[in-house]
Amino acid sequence: MTENVDQSKRRILLAATAAAGGVAAAGAGVPFVMSLMPSERAKAAGAPVEVDIGAIEPGTMISIEWQGKPVWIVRRTPEMLELLAKHDSDLADPASSIPQQPEYCNNATRSIKPEVLVVLGVCTHLGCSPTFRPEVSPADLGANWAGGWFCPCHGSRFDLAARVFKGVPAPTNLIIPPHQYLSETRLLIGDDDKSKLKGGQPADKGATA
Amino acid sequence: MMNLLKNLLAWVDERFPLTSTWKAHASEYYAPKNFNFWYFFGGLALLVLVIQIVSGIFLTMNYKPDALFAFASVEYIMRDVQLGWILRNIHSTGASMFFIVIYLHMFRGLIYGSYRKPRELLWIIGMIIYLALMGEAFMGYLLPWGQMSFWGAQVIVNLFSSVPFVGPDLAILIRGDFVVSDITLNRFFALHVVAIPLILVLIIVAHLVALHEVGSNNPDGIEIKKNKGPDGHPVDGIPFFPYMVVKDAVAAVAFLIVFVAIIFFAPDMGGYFLEYNNFVPANPMKTPEHIAPVWYFTPYYAILRAVPPLFGSQFPGVVAMGVATVIFFALPWLDRGQVKSIRYRGPIYKAFLAAFVVSFVGLGYLGLMPATELYTWISRVLAVVYFAFFFLMPWYTKIDECKPEPDRVTSK
Amino acid sequence: MNAIKKLGMLVLLMAAPAMAIASGAGVHLDTAPVNLKDQASLQRGAKLFTSRCLACHAASYMRYNRLTDIGMSEEQIKKELELPEDVKVGSTMQAAMDSNSAKLAYGVAPPDLSVIARSRSPDWLYSYMKGFYVDTTKTSGWNNTVFPSVGMPFVLSDLQGEQALESEQHEGHDVKKLILKTPGSMQPAEYDAAVTDLTNYLVFMSEPSKLVRQQIGWIVLAFLSVLLVLIYALKKEIWKDIH
Repeated sequence: MTENVDQSKRRILLAATAAAGGVAAAGAGVPFVMSLMPSERAKAAGAPVEVDIGAIEPGTMISIEWQGKPVWIVRRTPEMLELLAKHDSDLADPASSIPQQPEYCNNATRSIKPEVLVVLGVCTHLGCSPTFRPEVSPADLGANWAGGWFCPCHGSRFDLAARVFKGVPAPTNLIIPPHQYLSETRLLIGDDDKSKLKGGQPADKGATA
Repeated sequence: MMNLLKNLLAWVDERFPLTSTWKAHASEYYAPKNFNFWYFFGGLALLVLVIQIVSGIFLTMNYKPDALFAFASVEYIMRDVQLGWILRNIHSTGASMFFIVIYLHMFRGLIYGSYRKPRELLWIIGMIIYLALMGEAFMGYLLPWGQMSFWGAQVIVNLFSSVPFVGPDLAILIRGDFVVSDITLNRFFALHVVAIPLILVLIIVAHLVALHEVGSNNPDGIEIKKNKGPDGHPVDGIPFFPYMVVKDAVAAVAFLIVFVAIIFFAPDMGGYFLEYNNFVPANPMKTPEHIAPVWYFTPYYAILRAVPPLFGSQFPGVVAMGVATVIFFALPWLDRGQVKSIRYRGPIYKAFLAAFVVSFVGLGYLGLMPATELYTWISRVLAVVYFAFFFLMPWYTKIDECKPEPDRVTSK
Repeated sequence: MNAIKKLGMLVLLMAAPAMAIASGAGVHLDTAPVNLKDQASLQRGAKLFTSRCLACHAASYMRYNRLTDIGMSEEQIKKELELPEDVKVGSTMQAAMDSNSAKLAYGVAPPDLSVIARSRSPDWLYSYMKGFYVDTTKTSGWNNTVFPSVGMPFVLSDLQGEQALESEQHEGHDVKKLILKTPGSMQPAEYDAAVTDLTNYLVFMSEPSKLVRQQIGWIVLAFLSVLLVLIYALKKEIWKDIH
């Protein structure tokens, strides 16, 4: 048995043992890292929320909590919808090309039903919750204001489809969360898995705009 | 690349004793080459310490030290935290394994005379670690806030109230309240998570420094530093790195196999590691039929119960229990034997040691049992045997006929 | 080594009494045929538990959706356990009756059953559910051979029927036996099977991770065994230098 054979055997054995030891260490680390992931309690608390939207007056907004954040549901009037198409040049991303919404909301009204907007009420700048300003041309927001949201923290502005205006700190449109209709008046926020629907009938998506 | 690393190392070595420390304490630190099975337990104790600290940190991320939420938070960890049940089982198993390892580590000290000169201070520091560990385990056990947690703490803290004059006030000071309560829970949490682990780590560092100053003992009990070769190193010594490191690594893997087997197949260990009654939330209004401390405290608990009350006070029992715990400190001065290791001792010492082991294990068993009249009498006999091992030691080690120690280590 | 052998024997001797302490000495307990691999049994037990026990007892550490571990889908859980609309499948199993009312009604708050099978043995629970008998001297009208003077009334009397505790002469001793006086909707063997299902479920609910921990254990042990062989070979190789 020469010195060289000894050395190479030693090296191979060392490498193999080190590799196995590395795998063992990684395996041992799994429960520690996994314990940092959302627990069952967090998942249950962040579970989808069912909302009854039948009582929302046209032109008004309700706010419900989902995953600890506010979700706004606005029943837009036909006038509001008409005004939506009229200020594309003032918007940073009028066509919603950046994916801040599910693909079924990648349309002119950023919604499933044209009149009902479902949007996460968290400013895309630094996370404040903007104020709802549905009125047209108020004194403090100027004559061009056709309704939307104004963020009091740093002045970002969003229209009634929650699209961000140019020249404000917020970089992107507000996020539309995954959601689906369980019936004409019942909305499930946080889950767009169609298998959750009762009777297997997809809800009416509403006439295309 | 190698040049870069060499230069980096040189840069560090000019400013920090990295290479010199590595040489002095690893690659050129010499350990006896006849280490056997009994010499694994120090390294394993270090491994268990790391396991307990890391698992403890992650448990603390999810545990709530509040009497209203503690029990529920442990179940939260067991059920809702992803793979949290593994973390909990690691920590509960690790606590018991710590004591198994430490008792075997101490036993090694007994049989090979590792407490003898020049290692008396090493032994004393080790005993301080043992006391700190018992405190750590006692406080940790309150945290799940089960019936055994609560009542075990209530009974043990009440023992302090039997101290003459200062007792009742002392007990209130420890508890922070008139009975074990949420206040006690919170402060035991702070001590268990922060204070004692810090103290433990510092004392363990001191333990290793003291060890490296004198070098390890060995199964033959002879000083390898007395026999140095032409290169200045003990002829019966081998460098700690890589030889002892790789040997300890084998022991570590074997230990982990046992550890893993327990965690995944028997975390309760028949009610010894996770006690059945501790799955009932603490109820200050309802004392369980049968309170016993966790298995690793039971030898001392048996001695406590064996001593009858004197002048209406349980204090003599408390003193006996205390002496039983700290008598180990005196070993270096009680042992008047000619040789260190049991290999060269005579029959008298071996008989006393065997009797001591029987008494320790027997008392441990009896401490778990209800205190019937028969069991109490047996405990009294065993307690006498236990103390005899220590108090008679100056006499029997002197008259014991030893065999001559060898000059060089042997591999028996 | 002599000392080690003594130590080992004594440790083994210590094992038996621990179980005795746990179950409460004295009362004879029937053996519960627990089988956590029988998903059908666990599901039947879950149904029994949620329909019969949650009226008064809570299992507040157990979430409904944990039942996916025993082969039920979230839809099945909602349907078969008849969860009300407003109860989400991720929520915990709460009692229908609040504990204060229950304490007034039964003298003691019904304990939470989440981990009952870890403090009481499965044999105890099994025997307890079979050990109720009519006792007119008690407020609830019931007593139990395994848990004397228990505050709980017998909620499964429609299934088992009604038992009485009668004395029998056996070789000069007075032996107490449970005799079925009024039959229930289930035959004795059927009732035993139902209680087996319930006990099975309680064992599962007390430690849901028990289903997977042994599987994971085998994998980890197998891997560590390989590592042991490798590290031992490495040790032998490196120690060749020592003579």
